[in-house]
Amino acid sequence: MAETQTLRQWLLTDTPSSRRHAKLSAIYQGWLSFRSNTMAMIGLWILILLVLVAFAAPLIAPHDPFVQSLGNRLAPLGTEGHVLGTDSLGRDILSRLIYGARITLYIVALVALIAPVAGLLVGTVAGYVGGWTDTVLMRITDIFLAFPRLVLALAFVAALGAGIENAVLAISLTAWPPYARIARAETLTIRSSDYISAIKLQGAGPLRIITKHIWPLCISSLIVRVTLDMAGIILAAAGLGFLGLGAQPPSPEWGAMISEGRRFILDHWWVATMPGLAIFTVSLAFNLLGDGLRDVLDPKAGE
Amino acid sequence: MVGRPKCERPVVNMLEIDNLNVWFGKHRDRVDAVKGASFTVGQGESFGLVGESGSGKSTILRAITGLAPLWSGGMIVDGQPLDHRRKRAFFKTVQMVFQDPYASLHPRHSVDQVLGETLHLHGFSDIDARVVKLLDDVGLGQKFRFRYPHQLSGGQRQRVAIARALAPEPHLLLLDEPTSALDVSVQAEILNLLVDLRASRGLTYLMVSHDLSVVGHMCDRLAVMKDGEIVEVLAVDALRAMKASHPYSKHLLEASL
Amino acid sequence: MMGTLLDVENLWVKFPSRNGVFDAVRGVSFTLGRERLGIVGESGSGKSMTGRAILRLIRPPGIVEAAQISLDGVDLMKLSEKDMRAVRGQKISMVMQDPKFSLNPVMTIGDQIIEAYRLHNSATKAQAYKKSLEMLEAVSIRDPERVMRAYPHEMSGGMGQRIMIAMMLIPNPEILIADEPTSALDVSVQRQVLDIMDKLVKERGMGLIFISHDLNLVADFCDRVLIMYAGRIVEVCEADKLHEAQHPYTRGLLNSLPRLDMPRDRLAVLQRDPEWSVAPSVSARL
Repeated sequence: MAETQTLRQWLLTDTPSSRRHAKLSAIYQGWLSFRSNTMAMIGLWILILLVLVAFAAPLIAPHDPFVQSLGNRLAPLGTEGHVLGTDSLGRDILSRLIYGARITLYIVALVALIAPVAGLLVGTVAGYVGGWTDTVLMRITDIFLAFPRLVLALAFVAALGAGIENAVLAISLTAWPPYARIARAETLTIRSSDYISAIKLQGAGPLRIITKHIWPLCISSLIVRVTLDMAGIILAAAGLGFLGLGAQPPSPEWGAMISEGRRFILDHWWVATMPGLAIFTVSLAFNLLGDGLRDVLDPKAGE
Repeated sequence: MVGRPKCERPVVNMLEIDNLNVWFGKHRDRVDAVKGASFTVGQGESFGLVGESGSGKSTILRAITGLAPLWSGGMIVDGQPLDHRRKRAFFKTVQMVFQDPYASLHPRHSVDQVLGETLHLHGFSDIDARVVKLLDDVGLGQKFRFRYPHQLSGGQRQRVAIARALAPEPHLLLLDEPTSALDVSVQAEILNLLVDLRASRGLTYLMVSHDLSVVGHMCDRLAVMKDGEIVEVLAVDALRAMKASHPYSKHLLEASL
Repeated sequence: MMGTLLDVENLWVKFPSRNGVFDAVRGVSFTLGRERLGIVGESGSGKSMTGRAILRLIRPPGIVEAAQISLDGVDLMKLSEKDMRAVRGQKISMVMQDPKFSLNPVMTIGDQIIEAYRLHNSATKAQAYKKSLEMLEAVSIRDPERVMRAYPHEMSGGMGQRIMIAMMLIPNPEILIADEPTSALDVSVQRQVLDIMDKLVKERGMGLIFISHDLNLVADFCDRVLIMYAGRIVEVCEADKLHEAQHPYTRGLLNSLPRLDMPRDRLAVLQRDPEWSVAPSVSARL
């Protein structure tokens, strides 16, 4: 019987025969429902493209992003050898955008690692333990939430010193409180559910309950929230770059590129517009992906 | 096949509840859910708690398991008096089956994970063999082992919940309306399973229900609860013979016929 | 039975899904006169879907198909959504299982009833208030003035359900569809709510569709019973003859109930026959 089954049938079965089979089947069914969302697929493709471009930057970039050519500065779009033109120092904008993808991915990946994990930790502990722990942790969260994100990040960078790592740190420090709030709210509903009571009746301690039973349920809504927030994070990084507090010249960070192009925006609009378009596209892709993921991962919807 | 235990009062008590009070909230917000409840359940006996919603019947179960932490009075399980902390060893004696099988299984854990983790927590080493055995015992079998709750029907979920409760090999099983969320035909299957398990494993049941006919079918004796108090304890035979003495028990009996 | 209020012919409810179309209701036909018609079945039998489909309350992607659903000679299937809104409430009302989800939690009960009344009748506030008090008295609520000032969360389940019934009856509908109206209630309260519904249906000459999973309750309360299984009607019978039902499914359901007056060691377990779900639906049209 196993031979006559196609892979698709094997994956769509309602009667999985092993742990691995069950996992794969669950993932495949999630993928199917994700795939049926066209907009999310567009977002996913854009991001896959971004990752490929970032990895293959040295292979596909037509020029060295740092080599200046002052004789050829501010060349317009479509110039021979410079499809997207050159900036004020004669550097090829397309190459800089391609290398800039690496920086953008680097920022996104780091923030996506730090902020939600910190938020998850604070939120689930506050929600599950309750009492004084909850009060203290949530008031700290409130203090962070009370500041506008960019202003707080500015203060951090000013204190820590300008630079890409510090920018990431600053963004992460300002990004975790909303995650903590979400995680806490989810924990409060999960905490009182019967399946948590049931595992308590097996003598499970708080550590096991939080990590093995509450986290898996919080993580999906956090992933959705993170992808939706990614646009904001990219913009915050670009904003810091624009203000000269993020990536430092000559690094081809997209925000910093806009900042440089700002001086010529009236006569040479492409210098600032091209990195702006890149930021816009990637932000949009993350938003589309987030919407699609919400349909797949949100346990409240569907079923 | 062991016959159904008869209604004689056994000598050894599995559970003794003495003047139990349970409340929620503090000071002005305090709500007394159970007031001065006393009853005993003998070893191997099946005892029912009957009452309408808000009568405090489920709260007694939650107090025994430690899920309702605010209580006073005496509770003795298998000869051991309970204090306010429950050790893991306690849960090897007492287990509970919850009312709603749709809410009592973790939505992201497969049957295998649920049973495996329970067995692991209780320190069993031959987990694989035991999971297989448990699934057979509750009439599910191998093919359900790796399914997730959303791939199971209500009755199948409740069987998994029963398997989880049986995993630590407890002596006292607390049943909180185990069939009220199920269809009647499924209810019959689950009740039969519970009757069989009790006979084959010599379990003691404390069963909460709002349905007198279910308690009548499952139990030897029952207590009728109203507004947090036990108004009457009687044998099921007396119930069948319509020999309830308290007016409220009579009222319930009439309403459920 | 005097005349037919509602005539449903060959009703289907379909839900397209990834694995093909799922038919929740398959070719159900019945008529409703000025009577209490019970629809019994287990979860997934399509009984609730039938009730909702009559009011065209099935949300997309669900599809309702029927040869006709005629109310006083008007085919509801052919009405526009706007006309349908006038039918809902005015001519056919629906009472759901849990009153907590049907009442607005931030409005007093009085305000909600008055609003409902004035939506359907042109009346001054004072008139509407007076009428609302009468409605609450009609569903046996003591101290209606206090209840008018209360919020839904201050009400018990039984009170909430009575208030819902009162609200549904304001526009004086011809048909009341009650979907498990008493399953969330305690047995003693159940009886009261049923008595109230019974009284109102009799006094006003309404038709009642009573959807429930509880065979004994339906046998007790209704005039005629449809038994549904897998989206079809498997048997139709007079309610007082339900215990003599012939279909193995109905028999199986009845036998699987524990009974106080007949103690048994084991309960009979329903053996499902795949034939049941393919057999054509029995028509309950008169």
